[in-house]
Amino acid sequence: MITVENLVKDFGPKRAVNRVSFTVKKGEILGFLGPNGAGKSTTMRMITGFIPPTSGRVVVGGHDVNEDPIPAKRLIGYLPESAPCYSDMTVHGFLSFAAEIRGLHGSAKEEAVRKAVGLCFLESVLHQSVDTLSKGFRHRTCLAQSIIHDPEVLVLDEPTDGLDPNQKHEIRQLLKRFGQNKAIIFSTHILEEVDAVCSRAVIIDRGHVVANGTPAELRARHDLAGSVSLRVQGVGAEAVRDRLAGLGIAGKVTVSSEAGSVLARVLPRDRTISGDLARAVAELAGREGWRFDELKTEEGRLDEVFRTITQPDSRRPAE
Amino acid sequence: MNSESCRTIWTIAKRELVGYFNSPVAYVFIVIFLLLNGFFTFMLGNYFLRGEANLNAFLMWHPWLYLFLVPAAGMRLWSEERRVGTLELLLTMPIAAWQAIVGKFLACWAFIGMALLLTFPVVITTSYLGDPDLGAMISGYVGSFLLAGAYLAVTVMTSAMTRNQVISFILSVVICFFLILAGWEPVTDLMVRWAPDWLVSTVASFSVMPHFMQFQRGVIDLRDLLFFGSVITFCLFCTSVVLRGLRGA
Repeated sequence: MITVENLVKDFGPKRAVNRVSFTVKKGEILGFLGPNGAGKSTTMRMITGFIPPTSGRVVVGGHDVNEDPIPAKRLIGYLPESAPCYSDMTVHGFLSFAAEIRGLHGSAKEEAVRKAVGLCFLESVLHQSVDTLSKGFRHRTCLAQSIIHDPEVLVLDEPTDGLDPNQKHEIRQLLKRFGQNKAIIFSTHILEEVDAVCSRAVIIDRGHVVANGTPAELRARHDLAGSVSLRVQGVGAEAVRDRLAGLGIAGKVTVSSEAGSVLARVLPRDRTISGDLARAVAELAGREGWRFDELKTEEGRLDEVFRTITQPDSRRPAE
Repeated sequence: MNSESCRTIWTIAKRELVGYFNSPVAYVFIVIFLLLNGFFTFMLGNYFLRGEANLNAFLMWHPWLYLFLVPAAGMRLWSEERRVGTLELLLTMPIAAWQAIVGKFLACWAFIGMALLLTFPVVITTSYLGDPDLGAMISGYVGSFLLAGAYLAVTVMTSAMTRNQVISFILSVVICFFLILAGWEPVTDLMVRWAPDWLVSTVASFSVMPHFMQFQRGVIDLRDLLFFGSVITFCLFCTSVVLRGLRGA
């Protein structure tokens, strides 16, 4: 549905987006991650045709966004970063305008407005002027605008920004539901959102795509992913380490003792068989008669992965 | 232009007009416009002392009245979209930029036209007191409306250049002021001493005044229509260039 090929955008001498490529298929929800200023919004603006790329191209539903913008834009629903709305209109007036400009008129328009209002929980403010709305309502009004024509492609720039936890939850549920038959790209800073909603995530840093995979694949890039930790009571740390290191499939073993218990972490020798490692450790503990009260496999943490592959400003090498 | 384009332009113009009347801008503008028109026509224009059955005492002020009121009405058209960020929304809709430009321009022009029509009492007064030439009155109104359109097109252009409404206002007042003064004798005399003839006549030909005067006399000349038409087209075209530049940078 969405194909991004070698997208480049220069602002003066600064390259904001550098050779970004990815695709989003129907039924996929792509989470777009990255530190502030990484080029997320710029990329989304190029996908929606707001700004032209310096080079590269974006194809939406078979239409090149730059060459053939109007058919491509018909397929897209877009929520810009600041969720702008015409503040001199009522919610109903604003959504009617959005529907009309998308070519919906008469009863089809009313039906589309009614549906979008229902999905975004706007019934209570329908005839209120946009500039009297709270941030959450204004945000959802703009979101309603983006889904009013039931688009095949949704591009949402930080759809949950500025919402309270309940509203965030509602929007995530909405995205999941839409994700079944649409192609969705949304950007976020919130990593648990990626786990909760996305079928795939792309991490972008300083204009480059630095990771592209399912949330599980990204988590597996964590150094400790696949390791097994074990907390044992009443056994010496040395003994625990020696025994664990003796396991055939164990790699590096670290132990630390605290308040009478020993915490051991075993890395697998080969990451692809980490499932077997936990069982092997449990069997070993059973054979040795260790009393353990914790045994778990580390799945890898997205925030750690995010931190290691995107560098904060202060640690960036001079360019 | 196909029917779909017309529909899009109408949708945009309608939104803009609704926006005007949902805010106090429209009412303030109309009231001030009518008050100033009355004041200028009857007090400064000495309408009653003239003893002429025409609208000259009324129309002669319009270039000056519009100089401030038209930029005030149009300054927000694009600068507000830029400031609030709705520009991003508008230009990612399945519409062409020119449709949005024309729609917004027409909405504001129609609004000024409405205010102009509300000056009808001056026509009634003139008809009651004397026996005016109806054709000349109509052509005077047409000229005034076209003049407002030319100023408005300038304002649309300046308002696309900045997200600050005040800057947009000042720029358009300055440009419109130039359009008034360009053919004025003290200005052309100033240039005659050093500038070649062709430059003097080029600058003078930018003036709206001779064209506007023709309408006041009751003459609707194709050349005058073309003049206002080309000022409007040129400024709206410049607006599209400015908007394209914004998105490129």
